[in-house]
Amino acid sequence: MKKTLFDKVWDAHVVERIENGPQILYIDKHLIHEVTSPQAFAELESRNIPLFRKEQVVATADHNVPTENQHLPIKDALSRKQVDMLTANCEKHDVTLYGLGHKYQGIVHVMAPELGITQPGMTMVCGDSHTSTHGAFGTIAFGIGTSQVAQVFASQCLLISRPKTMRITVNGKLKDGVLPKDVILYIIAQLGTNSGTGYFVEYAGDVFENMSMEGRMTVCNMSIEMGARGGMIAPDETTFEYVKGREFAPEGEEFEKKVAYWKTLKTDEGASFDKEYHFNAEEIAPMVTYGTNPGMGIRIFDTIPFDESPSFAKSLDYMGLKSGEQLLGKTINYVFIGSCTNSRIEDFRIAAAYIKGKKKADNVNALIVPGSQQVAKAIVSEGLQEIFEAAGFEIRQSGCSACLGMNDDKIPAGEYCVSTSNRNFEGRQGPGARTILASPLVAAATAVHGKITDVTPQEAEKEEASLM
Amino acid sequence: MEKFKKLNSRAIPLPIENIDTDQIIPARFLKATNKEGFGENLFRDWRYAYDDTPNPDFILNDERYGGKILIAGNNFGCGSSREHAAWAIADYGLKVVVSSYFADIFKGNALNNGLLPVQISEEFLKTLLDACQKDPETTIEVNLEEQTIGLEGTDHVEGFDIDPYKKMCLINGYDDIDYLLTKKEAIAAYEQQRTF
Repeated sequence: MKKTLFDKVWDAHVVERIENGPQILYIDKHLIHEVTSPQAFAELESRNIPLFRKEQVVATADHNVPTENQHLPIKDALSRKQVDMLTANCEKHDVTLYGLGHKYQGIVHVMAPELGITQPGMTMVCGDSHTSTHGAFGTIAFGIGTSQVAQVFASQCLLISRPKTMRITVNGKLKDGVLPKDVILYIIAQLGTNSGTGYFVEYAGDVFENMSMEGRMTVCNMSIEMGARGGMIAPDETTFEYVKGREFAPEGEEFEKKVAYWKTLKTDEGASFDKEYHFNAEEIAPMVTYGTNPGMGIRIFDTIPFDESPSFAKSLDYMGLKSGEQLLGKTINYVFIGSCTNSRIEDFRIAAAYIKGKKKADNVNALIVPGSQQVAKAIVSEGLQEIFEAAGFEIRQSGCSACLGMNDDKIPAGEYCVSTSNRNFEGRQGPGARTILASPLVAAATAVHGKITDVTPQEAEKEEASLM
Repeated sequence: MEKFKKLNSRAIPLPIENIDTDQIIPARFLKATNKEGFGENLFRDWRYAYDDTPNPDFILNDERYGGKILIAGNNFGCGSSREHAAWAIADYGLKVVVSSYFADIFKGNALNNGLLPVQISEEFLKTLLDACQKDPETTIEVNLEEQTIGLEGTDHVEGFDIDPYKKMCLINGYDDIDYLLTKKEAIAAYEQQRTF
């Protein structure tokens, strides 16, 4: 029988099928962090059962950590308690922890791929919906709740119904200045926030084949924003090249053996999906969101659409925006470049290349938050730090930061923030904060101009002409 | 886990679409290390102004409405995987959430906490919302064994789907860990036979 990439990886991990019920799916790697794990460790203890496969669990502290003075004790008592509890639980159960101060600490979905923990053909879970990120490697990776974290602790398995499959194909050539973030925001704007519910997505076509691993991670990361549990891209030479030589990647003959297997993880010609969509790369432009869910996105030069529904009106009211209005040229005081969607070194290279030799606008607070200690190190060693600092950007230490405002990195009520994160929900970046999702390039340009700016070549030319 | 078979209760209508888990429980309240007390901050930023005064326009602050059932607009529970959202709803005293669509992770989290997500058609959702908005004393009947939901004492009844395994768990108060622990031999055997 012809199989999809998803079928191949899933079938290889089924321990048992329960008649008229879920399947027992084996989990290769379990990532944990401080926010969604304490109650799961407590569950183990209340039942007096051990952690079943401790060597398959890796922990880091990311959601709650400050991005300044990480060498000092955390000021916020509740955050400190949660982070301390993670450390205590990891010590007690002998789990590898890359905590604050460790050279590998970082956002869980940035840290694991860069260390080679994430590998093609695996099943991976984490108590975090953006676990879909790891699908960029041809991995079945998805977010779970805390009860399920406890299940995986107890059995290294999950009881789960097999999702349906969807393929989203994007062919053609992306215009200059159109980034992976724009591709996924465009797809979600076209399909809507619940279009993927019940599905696992495979992204196919030359747009994804030509993308770097960082770009593929950005795309797969936001699969959950259309409701899909996860997204995958077939592993290829780009994938193997990325994994090779990383800290926990297989080496030598073992690596070659793995690659031979990984090469089989492609959707068979003629395999069928429950749903298919096709998009044309030329249609995609830099994207911005105008509402309070990631499906409410438009191309940067479009106007906000009209919709009669009360939920739509509530959303625009929160954002202080009106149908028919354009976001291009809107004054913006806050810019955030970070989060598990866009805080990898490539994202900062793109931002720095645009910013180099320029300065941020006076009205803008521009925050750069690297996804991991390793990314932070690369920002320095590649000379990006000087560019950002000369332009007046503030560089912080790694963590989830202003993506969800669990630490002090919040956007004030009523202010707009052009953010490279993944969610524009009400209050996500702080109570009353208004989030506009965009790519690192649009974020960088917005910081420089103090207003939402289109930097695709044709638009940049217009802008120059208007200045002459 | 608490057993669930049947519930007759008044309901709280909340006809907003795409309610994400950040609205159900904002991230700044996720710092607890136990499962209790989240109900206090359920829908925090809709329920209270930024100065912590109750927002009189929000349904949870309207004394006429109450009960153990929440009826919400389409696509309930999207966004973050935080199980705290299910804990907050359960801790507030709710037993059932009704919508025309649920996000996957939320649905699973709810079921793992004895909170029943009931997915019904758009039309029937409108019927239930209208009835409860018009008359806060309206009683809704949810029967898990029969897999039906309706306006008590009327013909307005609709069936709903639920995974048979999950239904068995809710009715008997079992959870997944109990089940998986009985499968350890099969899991170890799987680990042994893996070739990749």
